[in-house]
Amino acid sequence: MEVWLPQLFAGLGVAAVLLLIALGLTFTFGQMNVINMAHGEFIMAGAYTPYVLQGVMGAGLAGVAFGLALPVAFLVTGMLGLVLERVLIRRLYGRPLDTLLVTWGISLMLQQLARDLFGAPNVQVVAPAWLRGSLDLGPVTLSYARVFTIALVSLIVIAVGIYLTRLAHGRRMRAVMQNRQLAGCSGIDTNRVDQLTFFVGSGLAGVAGVALTLLGPVGPGIGTVYIVDAFLVVIVGGLGQLRGAVIAAVALGLLNSFLEYGSTASLAKVGVFAAIVVFLQFRPQGLVALRTRALT
Amino acid sequence: MGAEVVAGNDTAGATPDQSTPDQSTPDQAGPSGRRRLLRQAAVVAATAAVVVILPLVVSEFRLALLSKYLVFAVVAIGLNLAWGYGGMLSLGHGVFFGLGAYCTGMYLKLADAGSGLPDFMGYNGVTSLPSMWAPFRHAWFALPAAVLLPMGIAALLGALVFRRRVRGAYFALLTQALAAAFAILLVGQQALTGGTNGLTNFSTVFGLEPGNPRTTQILFFAAATTLAVAFLAVRQIVTSRFGRLLVAVRDGEDRVRFLGYDATRVKVVAFALSAGLAGLAGALFVPIVGIVSPADVGVVPSIEMVVWVAIGGRATLVGPIIGALVASYANTTLSEWYPDGWLYLQGALFVVAVVWAPRGLAGLADKFRRLPRRQPSGRPSEVAVGAASS
Repeated sequence: MEVWLPQLFAGLGVAAVLLLIALGLTFTFGQMNVINMAHGEFIMAGAYTPYVLQGVMGAGLAGVAFGLALPVAFLVTGMLGLVLERVLIRRLYGRPLDTLLVTWGISLMLQQLARDLFGAPNVQVVAPAWLRGSLDLGPVTLSYARVFTIALVSLIVIAVGIYLTRLAHGRRMRAVMQNRQLAGCSGIDTNRVDQLTFFVGSGLAGVAGVALTLLGPVGPGIGTVYIVDAFLVVIVGGLGQLRGAVIAAVALGLLNSFLEYGSTASLAKVGVFAAIVVFLQFRPQGLVALRTRALT
Repeated sequence: MGAEVVAGNDTAGATPDQSTPDQSTPDQAGPSGRRRLLRQAAVVAATAAVVVILPLVVSEFRLALLSKYLVFAVVAIGLNLAWGYGGMLSLGHGVFFGLGAYCTGMYLKLADAGSGLPDFMGYNGVTSLPSMWAPFRHAWFALPAAVLLPMGIAALLGALVFRRRVRGAYFALLTQALAAAFAILLVGQQALTGGTNGLTNFSTVFGLEPGNPRTTQILFFAAATTLAVAFLAVRQIVTSRFGRLLVAVRDGEDRVRFLGYDATRVKVVAFALSAGLAGLAGALFVPIVGIVSPADVGVVPSIEMVVWVAIGGRATLVGPIIGALVASYANTTLSEWYPDGWLYLQGALFVVAVVWAPRGLAGLADKFRRLPRRQPSGRPSEVAVGAASS
């Protein structure tokens, strides 16, 4: 009891962040066939947002700045994503592997930019007072930061779920994802839907970045740590599938956490990779897949 | 040489009336067979002359660097076989490169240690040689393993993944995860692998003294010869029936399957060969550079390998070699001159190369050469264009 409960909690904490990162990826990948390697640098941009805001607003308002950083980071990284989509990615539709390479080039430049702007060493974001300390539940202590992250991500997932099923915008998004041409024929402006998807997906990466500042220091390479795992969540969950992404993120987070406990952190990574290859033997399209008769 | 574009995406559909497409006749728009032969002979002679003369005129330091670039070119050739011709973008070739390098590194370490233990194991409190290391005492085991181990792992992964038709972007991301896991494993298992420092401080290199000018020259010739052999081998593969099948699988896997071929096997073989070349390059890399560490094999180096191919020109024979040489040279020069600027430039180069010159330097050279007599580009390929479709 005492042993596995903290592992469970740590795994859920990792899963929450991964899920937030993977949400943006799964929609851009699923809808537009774009593999955005610069997504990791959007996380980084989001993570630097509270740092900048705290610098501007002063130490006294650190808590306020942190709260403010959540929407600001969403807007900032969303705009970054929108610019990227308009300037480069638009030219590459239908060439998913090329989008991967181009966005990787962008991510290199953004990392260097961060190094030039903020310096290479990691910086520390001051956690607001109400997030310090931890909740003592007898056998386990839950840090407020993790509880907050899990709650925040749960809220966002619910919001995205409502958006996708109840709101016209979200329905259009799903329509384009399922059949772009038919959606276009039905009068949906697929171009605009693409822009919106990219904006929201990138914005979520920014929010994930803010959440990450609670877990550790912020550096120019912070995104690269998470991006590979987030893509694995997308692969396991199935393209553009909210439900799949949630299950996959929780499964991978927990698997990683328990394997780490059972062996070492480095062996756990290999174990997770092996598990995914085995999983793909049974469900090569991911947990939740759109049924389609299309070839290739 | 840049004209040897074999079935690039747009030429494949543009020459419908030729019974033998451009594989067997690399320069079909150009001179007759004999002149082509002459020209090839001239290129071979010139290359050989450069290889022989360079060690005499270039400083030892530069020669060692050049050897390293040649090794990278071997990786690029192999990666091009998988990606350019086979459409399998591997973001994990650092793993295969690293396996080759670590196999050789382990042998060199043990050759140093004599009957004792490699130095770093002592620091990590290892008292007896781990059984994993034991066979690497013998060169006859370590060197073949440097090629066969990556091939085996690539074949296994390929068989598992391609059998279930996981391809395109999924495959790329999986291999990237493999690279990440591999690098983390190397760092984590410090007692076995030397951790972040990797394997280094070799006092002998196959009986030669490292740092000695003679050794540098021998290694340079070894690298140049390996590159030449690898180039010829890949050219042979690409122009063979298997090569055509591979390109066909890239451009329309399902169609190939409907024709009764085993597309999975074609891909697995090509991927394994590609990994074998990376392993071979890794095996050469260690004696030349004198170190292998997780920094040489992780996610970023793996993508850099893709950069070489993209800049040089995928699905061209010489493109990857040019790309590897140019990009590595630029890397060294620019990072000496302005270390921080290199990343901007590398990123920008990459964006420009992929967006505006998808066929890389070789493609550009080809375009300029053919410009005056070029037909209006033929009808677009009916198949959703090759390497990009997933």
